[in-house]
Amino acid sequence: MLRQIRTLLRYRLLVQSLVSRELKARYRGSVLGFLWSFVNPLLLLLTYGLVFTFMLPVDRSPETQPYFLFIFCGILPWTWFQSSIAESAGVLIAGGNLIKKVLFPAEVLPVVTVLANLVHFLLGLPILLAFLAWNGRLGAGALLLPLPLLVQLVFTLGLALFVSALTVHFRDVQNILSHVLQVWFFATPIIYFYGNKVGPFRKVLQMNPMAHVMVSYQQMLFHGGFDHWKGLTLAGVAAFLTCVVGAFFFERLRDTLAEEV
Amino acid sequence: MSTPAVVATDLAKVYRRFLHKNQFRTLKSAILTGSLLSDLAPSETFSALDGVSFEVPKGSTFGVIGANGSGKSTLLKLLAGITKPTRGSLVVDGRISALIELGAGFHPEISGRENVAINGIMLGLTRRQIEDRFDEIVAFAELEPFIDAPVKTYSSGMYARLGFAVAIHVDPDVLLIDEVLAVGDEAFTRKCLDKIGEFRRRGKTILIVTHSLGLVEKMCDEVLWLRSGRMADHGDPKRVVDAYLTHVAGGEEALMAGEKVPSPATAEGAPAAPGEGVARHGYHEGRWGSRELEITGVRLLDDRGKERHVYVPGESLTLELGFRAEGEIRDFVFGVGLFTADGVSVYGTNTHLEDFRSRRAFGEGAVCLVLDDLRLVEGTYLVDVAAHKRDGTPYDYHRGFHSFRVKSRIKDVGVYRPRHRWVFTRGADVVPPEPRAELDLHDEADGPTKQP
Repeated sequence: MLRQIRTLLRYRLLVQSLVSRELKARYRGSVLGFLWSFVNPLLLLLTYGLVFTFMLPVDRSPETQPYFLFIFCGILPWTWFQSSIAESAGVLIAGGNLIKKVLFPAEVLPVVTVLANLVHFLLGLPILLAFLAWNGRLGAGALLLPLPLLVQLVFTLGLALFVSALTVHFRDVQNILSHVLQVWFFATPIIYFYGNKVGPFRKVLQMNPMAHVMVSYQQMLFHGGFDHWKGLTLAGVAAFLTCVVGAFFFERLRDTLAEEV
Repeated sequence: MSTPAVVATDLAKVYRRFLHKNQFRTLKSAILTGSLLSDLAPSETFSALDGVSFEVPKGSTFGVIGANGSGKSTLLKLLAGITKPTRGSLVVDGRISALIELGAGFHPEISGRENVAINGIMLGLTRRQIEDRFDEIVAFAELEPFIDAPVKTYSSGMYARLGFAVAIHVDPDVLLIDEVLAVGDEAFTRKCLDKIGEFRRRGKTILIVTHSLGLVEKMCDEVLWLRSGRMADHGDPKRVVDAYLTHVAGGEEALMAGEKVPSPATAEGAPAAPGEGVARHGYHEGRWGSRELEITGVRLLDDRGKERHVYVPGESLTLELGFRAEGEIRDFVFGVGLFTADGVSVYGTNTHLEDFRSRRAFGEGAVCLVLDDLRLVEGTYLVDVAAHKRDGTPYDYHRGFHSFRVKSRIKDVGVYRPRHRWVFTRGADVVPPEPRAELDLHDEADGPTKQP
């Protein structure tokens, strides 16, 4: 893993230009262009908000009101996580030309995917903060935001490395992944409040690093205070381990990548 | 200058090929049987390179030739560091740049300008270096008017030109070139060759993988010939290229001999209708005639009386028509026609046209047409042979069953190569080519050395 970090540092200029290319290319040719980075999370918010408020009310506890704003705090970072993982599954195959024909450190590709989605997240963040401020909820807790963000980044990177290398050998992963992410979404406290879940379900949630990350976001942004230190620390440890395992796995498969994609 | 730029010792590359059952193995079964990582071990292997050792001195140009699938591109990928050798070691001294696929990594949606920047970084330039060389790159690719358009609007030639321009401006110590000069028009290819020539003059090391033997002979200081992943020959370009060409001609010889369908039994019985057989454009193989005078066999013989199917221009070629007559035949004509592979008549003649009057043919015998000086350009030629009456009624007509091939160093075009020479007056200064003999296709074993 240290080797990979060194490689990434050495190629940081490349990572940087690939991220900016990714961002430029994504909405090239669309009318709204870069505005999609803002419109996308808003539309997603609208969909989930309407469904889970009127058609299928999930959680009406006072901790989740106003509901739209509550789920916004979770959906925005979740979108970053989900898009990163879903896209990194195909990224080595799509970039096969680079791996096969150019001397190119393959881990750059999943890393670029995660970072490009991070930028989208950071672009969406001011909208969320504006809504929170308008609602009078923006407090000092928001200053702690870098902590869950860092945990999520490390966790997402580890998982993206793992998933991208695995997909090269088992194309099935791409098909399974969307369903796994769907289940994962519901197993993470985004559209409901973590605090009032009890029994075995709470145990399941505690095992999910993303749950702790989400709770942290919600507390810092929505509830204006933070006492989930233990959970976030555990999630941080889990994220670190995931990253080590992901990097090891990627390293292990590296030599076969150029032949398999 | 004396230390080598590339040292390869006993290189081997083994690709794995999954067995059939493993090909359909899925993640689920891999997890269930707990063999996720062990499955990634090779189950059946294919050796793409085996025991290849060579050195490339600094500043020299090194060519790699060989048939398709002989391991050339694998070797280049190993050199570029894209894949790792299974066995052996490879040491490359200096920065390496590989022209393996031009424009690999271009993103279609963004402009040529941005792609140049990113491609340059991928190939190891700094942002500063790219800025400095940007104008030169664009000028070289001749894409000034289009550089701000997305590359998806480029033609494939423009795409390749931009790719080449970036790669060549990376200014490596060792340049790897894989058959990329085939893209682009004549003018651009010339420009690329000039640029490569400039590299050579500046003492850079170049490795070329190509099918263009002329290029190899012209540019390379040393040539490696790969055959099925092994080193077949290595050394002086002219010698290796000759050996390679002779080998290829030998392969073609076997192929042409195998294609021949001389067996008269194939069309036994009633005269076959014209047009029977494999259809060629405007030319159909077939055999017809009454067989009262049957052509029992056709042999193509070289000047030493040996049967051969590949010739070089200027050699002598004898067409020997074996015949068998039913009883005594008084009215007969023997004829021969030569055609190009696409059915265009090259030459045709018969004994009647040349005023031989037939008296009688009986029993078995042979008629030979000796072409003393085969002045044809490179290509495959089909031979028609026939025995018929003076009025044209066929006894036996073989259409397209027999063929031979002409190979030449000179890639002139057309069909016929007249005996010719060039004369230059003052004001036209040329360097005459080094005198080079055509290939010698005689079997070594038949050479005069065997005579007592």
